[in-house]
Amino acid sequence: MAIRTEPFVINMGPQHPSTHGVFRMRVTLDGEVVIDLEPVFGYLHRGIEKLVEGRTYTQIIPITDRLDYAASMSNNLAYVLAVEKLAGIPVPERAEYLRVIMAELQRIASHLLGVGSFLNDCGAFFTPFMYMWREREKIVDLFDMVCGQRLTYNYMRIGGVSHDVPDEFLVALDKFVKSMPHFIDEYDQLLAENEILLVRSKSVGILPKELAINSSASGPVLRGSG
Amino acid sequence: MTLALSGKEVGTGLEEKFPGSIVESSQDSILVKSEFLLPVATYLKDTPELDFNYLASVTAVDYYDYFEVVYHLTSLPHNHSLVLKTRCYGRDNPSLPSVVSLWRGADYQEREVYDLMGISFTGHPNLKRIFLWEGFEGHPLRRDYL
Amino acid sequence: MEVDITKVPGYSSEELDKTEGEIIESLKRNSQQIIPDPDEWLVEELRGNILLTTVDAFLNWARRSSLWTLMAFPACCAMEFMSTAAPRFDISRFGMEVIRPSPRQADLMITAGTLTWKMAPQIRRLYDQMAEPKWVIAMGACAISGGTFAESYSVVPGYNHIIPVDVYVPGCPPRPEALLTGIRMLQEKIAKASIVSK
Repeated sequence: MAIRTEPFVINMGPQHPSTHGVFRMRVTLDGEVVIDLEPVFGYLHRGIEKLVEGRTYTQIIPITDRLDYAASMSNNLAYVLAVEKLAGIPVPERAEYLRVIMAELQRIASHLLGVGSFLNDCGAFFTPFMYMWREREKIVDLFDMVCGQRLTYNYMRIGGVSHDVPDEFLVALDKFVKSMPHFIDEYDQLLAENEILLVRSKSVGILPKELAINSSASGPVLRGSG
Repeated sequence: MTLALSGKEVGTGLEEKFPGSIVESSQDSILVKSEFLLPVATYLKDTPELDFNYLASVTAVDYYDYFEVVYHLTSLPHNHSLVLKTRCYGRDNPSLPSVVSLWRGADYQEREVYDLMGISFTGHPNLKRIFLWEGFEGHPLRRDYL
Repeated sequence: MEVDITKVPGYSSEELDKTEGEIIESLKRNSQQIIPDPDEWLVEELRGNILLTTVDAFLNWARRSSLWTLMAFPACCAMEFMSTAAPRFDISRFGMEVIRPSPRQADLMITAGTLTWKMAPQIRRLYDQMAEPKWVIAMGACAISGGTFAESYSVVPGYNHIIPVDVYVPGCPPRPEALLTGIRMLQEKIAKASIVSK
């Protein structure tokens, strides 16, 4: 005889151990299965589009840092590329190389953070997070050498970058790049065959390809759906 | 790289199908009349050569005389993109047909446009404020909101 | 699963939105003044005659050496807080590696991020749910005065409109060393507290 259950709505509020940043969900549950979910946003809506209306193009660059604070260089780069395309400003070659180096380093740092947080939610409380943060600190040190900031870099400018890199940067970058594959092997060894991780994440919440395209998913979500 | 289709070529094709719908078609974009928005969008999505199955974004711009709503469409199989624009006049209660039936991703984006600009979309299943709270007066991204 | 996917009877998300909107509007109207900082301990220093009993000294040592932080991090300063918690700038050496999501078990709120009016009632509720004695560190420019976003229509110009703040740590974001200085300052404040005054 099946137990009769009634669906009920529970609020996973803006402050919760796994809502990174503030994101609220009103979840309709039947027992333990989620049948409906209504996300509520806006808890960090700072009105940036309105704020930038009174500023010059260069003054907006520090604000774009704060949009996605885990990957500030990439946001700077996106904004600066858009302005350069509109105005037709050419960029010197060395600046383009520097931009690519910074963007790729930032991507590694951001993914380390992302994977660390994901594993945090999967149940490994903070251990992989601390491991990945160790590498992220190395990258953030590199950025500190270049532009003096650890998180919101404000490094890209319209038509290039703000400073040239000091010589120590290239030496340190070389050392970092040589040592990084060893750390990735370490993570792979710890995590790839981990049974708990596989059970909790494989085949859970599959998003079919057509639905992903129709719903304007982008980035890793779209790639993950095929 | 994704090829950005020229508005003029697609515009002439559309003008044959839906006479009177195109207001202006330039190198970058196509401007359609708001009554023809839904038929043109359906045609753009369903035609096999064009096949715009991915709506990248819906945004709105406030010029003083009119609001202009901009749709960025991409076709993943053919790897080309197009910019579709439409205007709505009048500041009191501007409204447009919603494209949620074609692209589900327009759901939250149209809610954002409604919240920040005040343009309502007919046919939207759940048009309420998304970033600001209920009871907030005004629509912040309009030019006359200070 | 044999379940009817209609909405749960008696629940309407529009009504919930309206009620919450009214709460936010009323909080906004009532929070136009800054709540004064609890800084009587500075005045006592000038007087110079603090008598601490052994019980006081012991309790203060216990309280300041094991502060449990509340996990409520809206925005970018959270990254710097996580850096402080990470192995390089360890806050575990101050006894603070425990970060509790539940406010009932926390006694320090480090406000790491911009506060918007939509989030403000939740922060007030979290603060009210924390048990005494409790302290607040305002971290970053956005927490002190709204920061870059101060003129925006949806940003609270500083956490001290909503909750009383003990220590202000400037920076955007503050370096982990700066945050550790702020925590040291708070520990000095706790060291001078007296059990009678609370």
